[in-house]
Amino acid sequence: MSHARIVQVERDILGENDRLAADNRAFLASQRILALNLVSGPGSGKTTLLVRTIDDLKDRFPIAVIEGDQQTAFDAERIRAAGVPSVQINTGKGCHLDAHMVGHAMERLRPQPQSLLFIENVGNLVCPAAFDLGEAGKVVMLSVTEGEDKPLKYPDMFHASTLMLLTKIDLLPHVPFDVDRCLEYARRVNPGITMLQVSALSGEGLPAWYDWIEQNRLNAGAATAAVSAAQGS
Amino acid sequence: MHEMSLCEGIIRILEKEARSQGFARVKAVRLKVGAFSCASPEAMEFCFRAITRGTLADGAILEVERTPGKAWCMNCGETVTLAERYDSCPQCGTYELQVTGGDELRVTELEVD
Repeated sequence: MSHARIVQVERDILGENDRLAADNRAFLASQRILALNLVSGPGSGKTTLLVRTIDDLKDRFPIAVIEGDQQTAFDAERIRAAGVPSVQINTGKGCHLDAHMVGHAMERLRPQPQSLLFIENVGNLVCPAAFDLGEAGKVVMLSVTEGEDKPLKYPDMFHASTLMLLTKIDLLPHVPFDVDRCLEYARRVNPGITMLQVSALSGEGLPAWYDWIEQNRLNAGAATAAVSAAQGS
Repeated sequence: MHEMSLCEGIIRILEKEARSQGFARVKAVRLKVGAFSCASPEAMEFCFRAITRGTLADGAILEVERTPGKAWCMNCGETVTLAERYDSCPQCGTYELQVTGGDELRVTELEVD
């Protein structure tokens, strides 16, 4: 005899991840740390741009990096060679970082107050879009060797990102990449997205990327200050 | 294949609900999966079968209700239905759209005993 019954649940499948992401976000805000979640397909030049950015900015403010890859600690070693602390997360068969992994990585890394924390996600334009890590924003990188239709092929990621960095622009004279069309495609899935064009090799466009970071560091501090003032009143 | 992680999330929800609502076995799980939710219903079904083996939901049926993508068209000043995130407004053809619904990824109902 069956005692089957129906139970109403109404629970978000990503609820546990979102709860842990909120914890990470609260910790980052309390320390006035700007955390950026770097996402892209493999080979867009994430780590190369990161190493160049660290070289250029590490004397202005503290920087720390969480590196996500399925296997190897190669990237964390490259980051440490650039002179800043880094923790590698190996996801094994996993295709993305989640808020739980990043929370534990921050415990090991102990980023300094008012620092810049880069979280370099697993190279994958699909899965990391779904997982909030507690970051201030996702920065999606797309290289000019990939094709300008990527924002339409992988709309979830471009929708979830605050900033798009078009990388390897030193190669633009050699490849048939339509920058305006790429931006138009990105705006179809995310009307508010900002695009900056950079080359880690030539340095072109990097000052605008650094200004964007500086502005968001100030905003992170100001937002936290506003929250503290509200709580204190 | 992030659907595997999502299905692990479903199992955690089932285990919690089993404790709080007092049931031992799950026979069916009903989900709402939005058109813009980053999850493929087919991949969810595949992963669900694999991951529920040996759990309280071993052999359970997964029923997915797909919910449409909704957006506010700034040009038309009204809510429209979209099949894909990159679609233009079906009324005016512009991309002046703010997504307002279709992101959900939720367990709504269980059949248990």
